[in-house]
Amino acid sequence: MLEVEDLGCVRAGRPVFAGLSFSLGAGQVVTLVGPNGSGKSSLLRILAGLLPPTLGRVTCRTDEDLAPRLHYLGHRDALKPLLSVAEDLRFWQRYWRGPAAAPRDAMAAYELSGLADRPCRLLSAGQRRRLALARLLLAQAPLWLLDEPTVGLDAASVGLFGRALADHRRRGGAAVVATHLALPATEGAQVLDLRAYAVEPDEAVA
Amino acid sequence: MIALLRRDLLLAARSLGDLLLVVAFFVLVAALFPFGVGAERTLLVRLAPGVLWVAALLAVLLSLDRLFAADQEAGDLDLLLLGGLPAPLLILVKALAHWLTTGLPLIVAAPLVAQLYQLPGESLPVLLASLLLGTPTLSLLGAVGAALCLGARRGGVLLPLLLLPLWIPVLIFGTGAMEAGLSGLSPRPHLLLLGALLALSLPLAAVTGALALRQAAE
Repeated sequence: MLEVEDLGCVRAGRPVFAGLSFSLGAGQVVTLVGPNGSGKSSLLRILAGLLPPTLGRVTCRTDEDLAPRLHYLGHRDALKPLLSVAEDLRFWQRYWRGPAAAPRDAMAAYELSGLADRPCRLLSAGQRRRLALARLLLAQAPLWLLDEPTVGLDAASVGLFGRALADHRRRGGAAVVATHLALPATEGAQVLDLRAYAVEPDEAVA
Repeated sequence: MIALLRRDLLLAARSLGDLLLVVAFFVLVAALFPFGVGAERTLLVRLAPGVLWVAALLAVLLSLDRLFAADQEAGDLDLLLLGGLPAPLLILVKALAHWLTTGLPLIVAAPLVAQLYQLPGESLPVLLASLLLGTPTLSLLGAVGAALCLGARRGGVLLPLLLLPLWIPVLIFGTGAMEAGLSGLSPRPHLLLLGALLALSLPLAAVTGALALRQAAE
């Protein structure tokens, strides 16, 4: 589904990583680990197509007809303070042309149903994150790119995320997840430590 | 596409204060001039076209800096770009939403300002027609400017410097149409040129705005 060949990344003139290759098939998960600044977020943005790779190539073979070919979840929850939980989900479901029942199911999956009418500005950090995660269920995308998905979540909510990720894998979905925390539903995941691909400053000059 | 337009309109309706602020600014700027130059009728009628259009430009400018900035800060600009709608269409939808929530209210308020300047009633259709053709161009070019200034440290200062020169043609033909109408000439050529500017800025804004948004996402 996803093929990464000899990828390299330079941010603001500083080489971040180089020589990164991996491939990802249906139902598989790659977890990205590495210290802060090792390029996890940059790699996810490159995979999403938001950032052009400095070196190498990313090939994403998914069904072109699917409206969102991938779901990207960054650090920020992308919520509008003035919209309610239900309105936010309804908007993205329409934007991605997901099934009409999806917002209700997504709210149920992340136990947000009781908060449906609450404006996003009144949500706690964990609730905001749950809403951002619930969005992934609005339209089926074969590839999930998640940046620290469980930050700010309590143990029960992490469990809900685990269930959603397991469902996604069962349907043949794949995911690349950057994380510092232990994640549920990542059995058999390839672990990619970005430290192994770091570029030493003097090496880069040479 | 409709979904995004609907969301932006809903957000604008929820923050109605912002919209009223822009309209109030427009009326207030226009209302300042009679205090400065005196209320002599011939002078006011002479000044009206220019003042009206300059006030409209400034009011539109005031509303532009948040057009994409809010989306970028929250992170949903990334999702909007990834989610199926091509970037050029995204720009056009955002510009349309901006026009509906800024240009249109200004047009509604314009007769009030015309009254303030004691413009003859028969010049009102020309005034409205010129605004109707001119303000969408302001929104389109404004959307490109707002996208270009994303991530700039002093975006709020950069935006006027970037946009005001680009808006000068709209100002020239907008006031030209009104002056022609007031002096009994045909405003038609001016209005046609305003239409041409609008037709030209549509594809221009879509293409350049899309590039600017892509750049901002990096």
